[in-house]
Amino acid sequence: MADFVHEAWGIYIAIITLASLAACAVLLRLMSTRKLDPGENPGTTGHVWDEDLEEWHNPMPRWWMWLFYITIVFSLVYLVLYPGLGAWGGYLGWTSAGEYREEQKQAAARFGPVIDRFLKQDVAVIAADPEAREIGQRLFLNYCAQCHGSDAGGSRGYPNLRDGDWLWGGSPEAIRTTLLEGRKGMMPPMGAAVGGAEDVRDVAHHVLALAGRTHDSLRAQRGKPKFATACAACHGAEGKGNQQLGAPNLTDDIWLHGGTEAAIIETIVKGRMNEMPAHKGFLDEGKIHLLTAYVLGISGQAAR
Amino acid sequence: MQAQEQYNYTVVRQFALMTVVWGIVGMLVGLIIAAQLIWPDLNLASWLSYGRLRPLHTNAVIFAFGGSALFATSYYVVQRTCHVRLFGDWLASFTFWGWQAVIVLAAISLPLGMTSGKEYAELEWPIDVLITLVWVSYAVVFFGTIAKRRVSHIYVANWFFGAFILTVAVLHLVNSAAMPVSLTKSYSAYAGVQDAMVQWWYGHNAVGFFLTAGFLGMMYYFIPKQAGRPVYSYRLSVVHFWALIFTYMWAGPHHLHYTALPDWAQSIGMLFSLVLLAPSWGGMINGIMTLSGAWHKLRTDPILKFLVVSLSFYGMSTFEGPMMSIKTVNALSHYTDWTVGHVHSGALGWVGMVTIGSLYYLIPRLYGRSEMHSMQLVTLHFWVATIGIVLYIAAMWIAGVMQGLMWRAVNPDGTLTYAFVESVKATYPYYAVRLLGGVLYFAGMLIMAWNVIKTVAGQKPAEAAIPAPAAA
Repeated sequence: MADFVHEAWGIYIAIITLASLAACAVLLRLMSTRKLDPGENPGTTGHVWDEDLEEWHNPMPRWWMWLFYITIVFSLVYLVLYPGLGAWGGYLGWTSAGEYREEQKQAAARFGPVIDRFLKQDVAVIAADPEAREIGQRLFLNYCAQCHGSDAGGSRGYPNLRDGDWLWGGSPEAIRTTLLEGRKGMMPPMGAAVGGAEDVRDVAHHVLALAGRTHDSLRAQRGKPKFATACAACHGAEGKGNQQLGAPNLTDDIWLHGGTEAAIIETIVKGRMNEMPAHKGFLDEGKIHLLTAYVLGISGQAAR
Repeated sequence: MQAQEQYNYTVVRQFALMTVVWGIVGMLVGLIIAAQLIWPDLNLASWLSYGRLRPLHTNAVIFAFGGSALFATSYYVVQRTCHVRLFGDWLASFTFWGWQAVIVLAAISLPLGMTSGKEYAELEWPIDVLITLVWVSYAVVFFGTIAKRRVSHIYVANWFFGAFILTVAVLHLVNSAAMPVSLTKSYSAYAGVQDAMVQWWYGHNAVGFFLTAGFLGMMYYFIPKQAGRPVYSYRLSVVHFWALIFTYMWAGPHHLHYTALPDWAQSIGMLFSLVLLAPSWGGMINGIMTLSGAWHKLRTDPILKFLVVSLSFYGMSTFEGPMMSIKTVNALSHYTDWTVGHVHSGALGWVGMVTIGSLYYLIPRLYGRSEMHSMQLVTLHFWVATIGIVLYIAAMWIAGVMQGLMWRAVNPDGTLTYAFVESVKATYPYYAVRLLGGVLYFAGMLIMAWNVIKTVAGQKPAEAAIPAPAAA
């Protein structure tokens, strides 16, 4: 049907499949002989190759022939019950997609209530509930740990979720939005806007100074006005960042893409692209709710 | 006319010796990638990384080791059972040098990252063209010899060699069809699920014809020869030959269970894999029963040990295969190391052992000796290799079933009990046992190499006159 561009293909496949199984059975039947009597010499075919290679005329073992017949009969029965004979969908109406949907339905019925009973509760309450935290952690390990790490400590390019520092906001609503919609963090390449290589380096030292890191104060001085024109629009005049834009706070010495002079220069020159994928449609409401609470809990926000 | 009366042993000798060499190379690469799974730090450079060495390993053991063994034995068997010299001396010589060139090109291009991305057919299109030339020449040599045979009946070993040569030609041509974009890059002629289906139609028949039919041809000559007994049943040969080559063609879709492949195609793949059980076992029965009346030889003859144990592994993996093709079993086994264990019980147990046994029969005769330099070392090789295989496949069975169960384990809240990485961590001990098994098997190949050198060194290549066929 949908699998075939024309009905004839289904018929063609059904005929070929059945003829093939029949051919196996016919071949087996045609070559069958009677059992040997006890002590009877089967004799050879009479052909001799390479001086001493010969063949006995033994009958095929009975148990083996039965094995062969049984697999053929099993196949025919299966083809009546399940899809296989071209467009014939099988007596049982089974499909792999249907089996999948059925399993999903069963899983929803079995696990849905376990998750959804928290929907009525406030995230702050859930974050303090040990059982909910456990479920939240398992959800986190299933869906989030691949990027953020099993301890939620993050990695280069993947935010640490434990440090209380938020790119897009740490309120329950902001976290929920992050989970549902995903986030696209984008810093454009700013090398040309800042000036030449030396100018970029000056700005980098100003950024180092903002974070309280070791820096060349002369360079930082020179970089400050350039920061004000090229960077402050997003990161703010004082470099405190802007959660509306996902622009990081540069004064907290927390680094998503590295805080060395070289890494900062690379960020300025090449820009950065980062994406948290959206989970709407993939994770249901109950799971999003539990995960929001779990992330709040591990960041220490809920306790505050 | 003197030359007309000799068998062409030169090309057989060349292929036989290179089988040992490529076996060692291919298995060494296998050891490296097995070690990399335990110690990822061994990925020292891009060209030494797992992703590039793994196809090198599979290509080297299947096409370099297995391929050379098939060339050597088929050329030997077809001459001797047709009572004529091999057709086309220079063409046979071209198949040797051409095939070695293919192997060397593979050994260079795969580590450099040149790949078509199709499993067991990774080589890029210029090498594919060379393979085609060599293979057509192989077919001309083989069937040319059959055509000028001096006996009326074609011996059963040649049916299998012939089916293997013809089918591999078809598989290679269809699956490797691609659009080149440069000398080192091409894209498959097929797309999406059709590409996957063509790939596994090829992939499973590479197992069925390259690694099964060809090696059954080997079995049908060397077992009756070494046992000194007639083949057990001609009728069984006929039925299992036709049923085997016929049903293998359909089995490929079992590699694509629960994928985008339509359900009807998955069902047919599963059913013909199940039907395949009996035809496969037919070969095992015919080989093992050939020993009736000669069982005592198994105690003392290490070559027969190799050949008969190879059939036992053949029987085991051809039982396991149909079981794994059942959809519900496959749901557990697919993507786990169980598959790797299954492949290696076939590759190390069946293909490796039957090749090694045949070479131990063949090599002394190619150098005018009655047996290998040391039969004790052959016995030692047998035991080292057997223990190696058992360790390897037992470790991979346990690892595979464990992985399958860990991946599907679910908590009361519906979350997965284990993160993927936990199943990787749990597999480490089994990876270590697998590596140990591989080291043992590899050590056996080194013993063999030493024994072959001692057998061959200082010997003059044998000349064999062609005897008149027995009057039938």
